Amino acid sequence: MTAHDARLVGAYELPYRHAPDKSLAQMQAEAALGAVADAGLSLKDVDGFFCGGDTPGMGPMSLIEYLNITPRYVDSTETGGNSYVSHVARAARAIDAGLCDVALITLAGKPRTPAKGSRPMTDSNKPDQDFELTYHPTVPANYALAAQRHMYEYGTTSEQLAWIKVAASHHAQHNPHALLKDVVTVEDVVNSPMVASPLHRFDCCVITDGGGALILAKSEIAKRLNRPSVKILGTGEAVKHQGAGDIDLTWTAGKWAAEKAWKMSGCTPDQIQYASIYDSFTITVLLEIEDLGFCKPGHGGGFVAEGNLISGKGKLPFNTDGGGLCSNHPGNRGGMTKVIEAVRQLRGEAHPAVQVPDCALALAHGTGGSLGTRHGASTLILARED
Amino acid sequence: MAEDHKMTYADPWMLPETKGFWEALNDGKLVIRTCNDCGRGHHFPRAMCPHCYSSNLEWKESDGTGTIYSFTAQQVKGGGKYVYAYVEIADRVRAITNIVDCDPDALQIGQKVKAAFRPSASGQNILVFTPA
Ligand SMILES: [Zn+2]
Repeated sequence: MTAHDARLVGAYELPYRHAPDKSLAQMQAEAALGAVADAGLSLKDVDGFFCGGDTPGMGPMSLIEYLNITPRYVDSTETGGNSYVSHVARAARAIDAGLCDVALITLAGKPRTPAKGSRPMTDSNKPDQDFELTYHPTVPANYALAAQRHMYEYGTTSEQLAWIKVAASHHAQHNPHALLKDVVTVEDVVNSPMVASPLHRFDCCVITDGGGALILAKSEIAKRLNRPSVKILGTGEAVKHQGAGDIDLTWTAGKWAAEKAWKMSGCTPDQIQYASIYDSFTITVLLEIEDLGFCKPGHGGGFVAEGNLISGKGKLPFNTDGGGLCSNHPGNRGGMTKVIEAVRQLRGEAHPAVQVPDCALALAHGTGGSLGTRHGASTLILARED
Repeated sequence: MAEDHKMTYADPWMLPETKGFWEALNDGKLVIRTCNDCGRGHHFPRAMCPHCYSSNLEWKESDGTGTIYSFTAQQVKGGGKYVYAYVEIADRVRAITNIVDCDPDALQIGQKVKAAFRPSASGQNILVFTPA
């Protein structure tokens, strides 16, 4: 299989992390305008629109109306925080199929300033409701279950998980927009307050208002633009769940998503120069690194330790913007910023202190939903335009 | 022993196909939805077997014992903690639950636990576990 004809041509991350005075639609529009401007295009050029469940109103429609655009193709696939990684694959397929020429993907969220009259927490039609929410799950608790089991099966330690946060903090110090800019140590992480054992506060991502947007265009359009474009060599998506009770918490849907992406791209993990890896929690990164094939199952702890994820130091520079652990997790959804930082790296536009030299091949990976119950995963293999 | 945070339980919605599960709990029994065609149990209970899609199902009574598959001690704002866990209640049937009346810091994966019952707001029994 050959790479997609469609190219990633625009990427924009809202610079702020707290937006008490902005509406959600306004934030999405700011992100969209930023991304089309980055590409050297206009919203008038957009004829494909992709969004996730963060968008206010019914599916994609309210935002399409707010932006006053008339796309001929829409997709509002929703699998949680990784949705925007999936949207890149879906937009590329739509462009290749001639369904649209210029695709816009948006995300925004403002969990620090919740909407008035938000949706009810419970849904009596949700079949799993009584058997989960009854027991007072929290988001960290549903990831802690995976961490605890991985530690039990493979001897993974809190100190090894801490290295993931340490690496992210080394990158965040160079990002002026990062919410947390202080470099932290392994001791800082394991001594931070326990949230849901074995996960400490510093094992958890930040909560931020924010967002971002991406533009894809067919190659013929990309060639005319003044910006470096990015090729999409491989994509994969998957959903994993409890399997009617037969759940295995030691690996994620990323294993299935990555298998497809590697196969489609013809690339192998050792070729990847930079990786954006979804970091809702440190354990998310550790499991994904194993599932993506950067190391064997159970070897993630050893792989991430001793700064191996730090750009300029380790074998696998990851999340050079500071990631969700330190910089931004807009709307509790980190997939968009994963793709944006991969695009920056492939354009040579990451911060000089963290830019991977001559970065030609990168990976962006997302996990959405909950590792403890059901989650989606998506993988992209991306390359610099030759 | 660290006292666990005292849990309160909302009334379950009780979808039609799960009624037998809730009724059994009120009789002090744990039942597992089990397929008479392929023999496998599943959880949460469905109207058809999620393994072979047969609707030939029964409520199979368990002896109420299980083993901890994974757990976490969730800290509560203002102090205390409670345990959120997966307990294996039958072969490859792992159920989300709370483990109560325990020292959260002394629990171990693989530890034996037994079913216990806590009332919801209106008195429906809710399934939880305690160390065996
Ligand atoms: Zn069956």
